[in-house]
Amino acid sequence: MAYVAVSGGQKAIEKSIELLHFFRSRTEKNLDLEALQVQLNLLIDRIMSEAGFYTSAYAALALHQCEGSVEEAVFLLRAYRSTLSRNYYTIPVNTIHMRVIRRISAAFKDIQGGQLLGATYDYTHRLLNFEGETRTSHESYQQMCTVLGQVTPLPISPCERVSSPLKKEGLIDEYPLNQEKPYDITKNILTFPCPRSARLQTLARADTGFISGLAYSALRGFGQVHPTVGELRIGYVALEIPYLFDNSESIYLGEILISEVECFNEVKEAHSLKIGVGYGAVFGRNENKAIAMAVLDRELEHPGSNPPQNEEFVLTHGDSLEMNGFISHLKLPHYVTFQSKLDALRKTRNNNPHESSL
Amino acid sequence: MNPHYNFAFLDEGSKKEIRRAILKAVAIPGYQVPFGSRELPIGRGWGTGGIQITLSLIGKNDILKVIDQGSDDSVNAVSIKKFIVECTDVQTTTCTEDASLIQTRHRIPEKRLQCHQILIFQVPLPEPLRIVEPREEITKKMHAEMDYAPIWLQLYESLIRYNKITIATEYPCMVENRYIMNPSPIPKFDNDKLNQAPCLYLFGAGREKKIYAIPPYTQVHSLAFDDIPFEKESFKGRKCRLCQSDSSYLDEFFDSQTGEKFYQCSDTAYCKERQSHVPE
Repeated sequence: MAYVAVSGGQKAIEKSIELLHFFRSRTEKNLDLEALQVQLNLLIDRIMSEAGFYTSAYAALALHQCEGSVEEAVFLLRAYRSTLSRNYYTIPVNTIHMRVIRRISAAFKDIQGGQLLGATYDYTHRLLNFEGETRTSHESYQQMCTVLGQVTPLPISPCERVSSPLKKEGLIDEYPLNQEKPYDITKNILTFPCPRSARLQTLARADTGFISGLAYSALRGFGQVHPTVGELRIGYVALEIPYLFDNSESIYLGEILISEVECFNEVKEAHSLKIGVGYGAVFGRNENKAIAMAVLDRELEHPGSNPPQNEEFVLTHGDSLEMNGFISHLKLPHYVTFQSKLDALRKTRNNNPHESSL
Repeated sequence: MNPHYNFAFLDEGSKKEIRRAILKAVAIPGYQVPFGSRELPIGRGWGTGGIQITLSLIGKNDILKVIDQGSDDSVNAVSIKKFIVECTDVQTTTCTEDASLIQTRHRIPEKRLQCHQILIFQVPLPEPLRIVEPREEITKKMHAEMDYAPIWLQLYESLIRYNKITIATEYPCMVENRYIMNPSPIPKFDNDKLNQAPCLYLFGAGREKKIYAIPPYTQVHSLAFDDIPFEKESFKGRKCRLCQSDSSYLDEFFDSQTGEKFYQCSDTAYCKERQSHVPE
């Protein structure tokens, strides 16, 4: 009797959890948390971004706990996040003050402040590096320390956006500074049409794969043709919160690493063309997600019949927790509901006068 | 109790926010109140709406029962119960009348609930109009304007095509002649229990971020035409193999060796109690 055995759930769950330990215990090697946090930092960045929780140490802990499953790690962080009370909103960050570690433009060769290639896999050849097995972390670390010991850091100067001169020229619309409080998607349900702040927050937390696929579909013709990456910058920005007792002062919290993108699209006006900007910003180094976000931001500015232009479609289906939660719930017993479906189905077969004529 | 977390997991501010949404839901029976759904250590789509309601209401003296498809012992019911106990240390029970809070997935217990009891449903898709309109923006307007023609049309078309209304579970109900409501995927068998009940029914959809309610003694009618009455699942001529009940909702089983079909109560607590009273 196959499924009757599903009673006795408590014991089954315990044994199942033991089996999970078994899968993690098939080697004597240690997986060091610090190594995980640093050497797999792109994975850590992705998890923090999809969790909406900037905490690389906990992200490493989560990843370690769940055999490296991205959605499980995101899940762990989100669940922990909802036990913490949220006391402050930071002061808006102006990213022209970013401590830039990489900055490129696909629109102009020469940009004010200069292009800075920085660290990228773009120009590596994807050949499996068999020597990677032999070189130790100790050697690499010592080598890096020696190099860093011999250089002096450059002073940080504000770095204007590539889009600024185009705004002055009138090719890009300038908007007054929006001082409205952002819509907090972690405390409010999305309603449509939703404010842009809600859209950007939702995209910033979205599953990387989901928004990459949607942005790709927009590029392939299910959207407005090919945008240009006006600027991609990666770097550290400082977070501050208002000081309660003196409005002119603020408290410095620390820095976070983000990827930020502005992409340019042609926009038709009555007799001429202008440039529309799409914006993307995500935690950590996650360039493709930031670009995909910028593409979708632009698509959503002009509602249309294609899926990437449908606000409700894009914004309600990209949350890692929600999509994976609902898909995985299909594994739960549906005995009662299926029984009811069977009943409805059998009745149509027994009573349908049309059936014989078909 | 896990010392790293607050009583009932969520922080007090979140719990209060959810209780406010519940109060609004009770004040407007059948209306879906949006709320800032929190993430839980249990999967979204696995009952997080119901769990958030339970966590925001539960106190130290509550007695909790959790069922999944009628069963206390189903893996998901066990897992949810374990989580709630881990962060509250409340007493649990399988006995329906002993419980003050009952969280359920897709069944209403066979035993009539009383006025001191709250039944909390886990809801996957709260919007009854979703089957006729995929856009939330539009369905909100349809509710506001009581524009329910498309769903009636759907029922009518089903009658024309199959000579039967073929909706199985999630059969839509009209609440106090105002809002059409999705009773969550309970079988039609349970729909009548929603009408004029002494207990409070609360519905939580975590992923969809909605809470709604049926307060005690509310009028709830399953949609039906004047000349075509509402029809439940029927188990005519069948009874439970264990307790011989012929008036409860039955699950269908196959013996994997013989292929023989037999039936058992889906409400395991009800079935066990009958077994202890009914002489063999």
